[in-house]
Amino acid sequence: MTFAVEIFRLKKTYAGGVEALKGIDLTIEPGDFFALLGPNGAGKSTTISILCSLVNKSEGVVKVFGHDLDTERNWVKMQIGVVPQEFNFNQFEPVEEVVINQGGFYGLTRQKARARSALLLKQLGLWDKRKTMSRQLSGGMKRRLMIARALVHEPRLLILDEPTAGVDIELRRGMWQFLSDINAAGTTIILTTHYLEEAEQLCRNIAIINEGRIIKHTNMRDLLNTVAQETFVLYCNRPIGSMPIIPAADARIIEPFVLEVDLVQGQSLSDVFEVLRGHGIEVLRMKNKTNRLEELFLKLVNQSNEASQ
Amino acid sequence: MSRYSSERELPISGEYAKPSRGLSPVQMWHAFSMLLTREVLRFGRIWVQTILPPMIMTSLYFIVFGHLIGPRVGEIEGVPYINFLVPGLILMSVITQSYANVVSSFYGAKFARHIEELLVSPMPHWLIILGYLAGGVARGLAVGAAVTLVAVFFAKIQVHDFTALILVMVLTSVVFSLGGMINAIFANSFDHISIVPTFVLTPLTYLGGVFYSIQMLPPFWQQVSLFNPILYIISGFRHAMLGISDVPVYSTYLILIAAIVLLYGITVFLFHRGIGMRG
Repeated sequence: MTFAVEIFRLKKTYAGGVEALKGIDLTIEPGDFFALLGPNGAGKSTTISILCSLVNKSEGVVKVFGHDLDTERNWVKMQIGVVPQEFNFNQFEPVEEVVINQGGFYGLTRQKARARSALLLKQLGLWDKRKTMSRQLSGGMKRRLMIARALVHEPRLLILDEPTAGVDIELRRGMWQFLSDINAAGTTIILTTHYLEEAEQLCRNIAIINEGRIIKHTNMRDLLNTVAQETFVLYCNRPIGSMPIIPAADARIIEPFVLEVDLVQGQSLSDVFEVLRGHGIEVLRMKNKTNRLEELFLKLVNQSNEASQ
Repeated sequence: MSRYSSERELPISGEYAKPSRGLSPVQMWHAFSMLLTREVLRFGRIWVQTILPPMIMTSLYFIVFGHLIGPRVGEIEGVPYINFLVPGLILMSVITQSYANVVSSFYGAKFARHIEELLVSPMPHWLIILGYLAGGVARGLAVGAAVTLVAVFFAKIQVHDFTALILVMVLTSVVFSLGGMINAIFANSFDHISIVPTFVLTPLTYLGGVFYSIQMLPPFWQQVSLFNPILYIISGFRHAMLGISDVPVYSTYLILIAAIVLLYGITVFLFHRGIGMRG
């Protein structure tokens, strides 16, 4: 199979001697929605910048859809659209021109670039702002502009470096839907984000990078299944006077009507419900308090840090 | 499914797809014309800062040096002083504006990071360089034309060799556009993009025979002036307009072509290594 991205023993040492990547291996399948997570300074942006040709690698092999970055760099660039972390468009150009120009730089005719720009600006809710100077857009609009610009040449691989940073929750959910649709249409997506809920919702596969090394590279579902303990918040139909004894589960009363229960892997919530029902308590609704990916992320990074000390 | 391995000895799949190139020649043309249009629109939008000042400056030179001081100078090599000034003033504007266009546009793109739009695109380095050069040449020629228009009101415009006139003007703007690009690549602050124009370009231009013929200098300073490459360019342009020159005409083309080859080579090298652009 030809992978969308293949990275082999990738190393990067910056001029100041900082070793950002210490030989990472990574494969991403075509059509994947892939999360690349890691703490600040772990090497995520360096990896992405190397893929996008914004940073020169020190060692290693990078292939995109089977084409080597070293020997077919311009072909590889044609396959990639990138949404960087920082705003990097010309703030003195109108919104529409930012997208059209980028289309041109990928070889589109002005007519084609204009048509693609119109489609994307409409889809991303920026059509009314097309004549506005891009510096006058709000933060969320600027992020959407960068997504439109990255997609103008219909890339097969879209790289999103914290695309929803500073975007309000409503807009963020809209962007998630848009990105899911793009992915469903066949575009491979690599996402880095600090919103782990975002990665959990969108991504099928995941790699966690820490101190320039990949410490986990797996399927999102498999990873989440390794969560050892989860905490559920239960909203009950009547005040809970005293704490019923729930075998093998740690439960506590938070508010008169609210109960919090810790369950370890393999335990069933049905057991908890049965005990409560025995005491005449019905659960009206519940939520999972634990951000499972966040817990795992912190655990893996801490383990990696301890191992390297 | 994707899996991590640290044990592999070879690239993961070992498979390479059929080699493929980047943009086709037609696509390259679209990319180039888009970049050139962007550059022309950039300096066109701010014409009050880019086109107007050299016109005003040239008018002042004609008034002060041409009309007020010129009659006292008389003729130089059989040409009235005000007419003698015309080629130098036109070419001085071409030099400064070509340089200024590329240095400010390219450094501005670096500073605001929208240079990344080009660096992530499949445009080959030479095409990006060509796009910026074309923008510099466009501004150089636009200002050259505007200054010539101003000169019409003050002096008699003569053309001795029209082809040479266009050729020298275009080659000159290519040379100084390349100079501006190299300056912008190395620049880390806005101060750095004004150092070369202020401390190198302006003195060399003023001492390059814009306002005088080196025949008017003592022999020692005549010899010193021959080390100034801008003298050859201005002399060649003056020959194209007035038919007079301080140096052999072929030397103008030698200097210009040698400068283009050298500066282009340096620019391509800097792009290839990513100096000042990529980490």
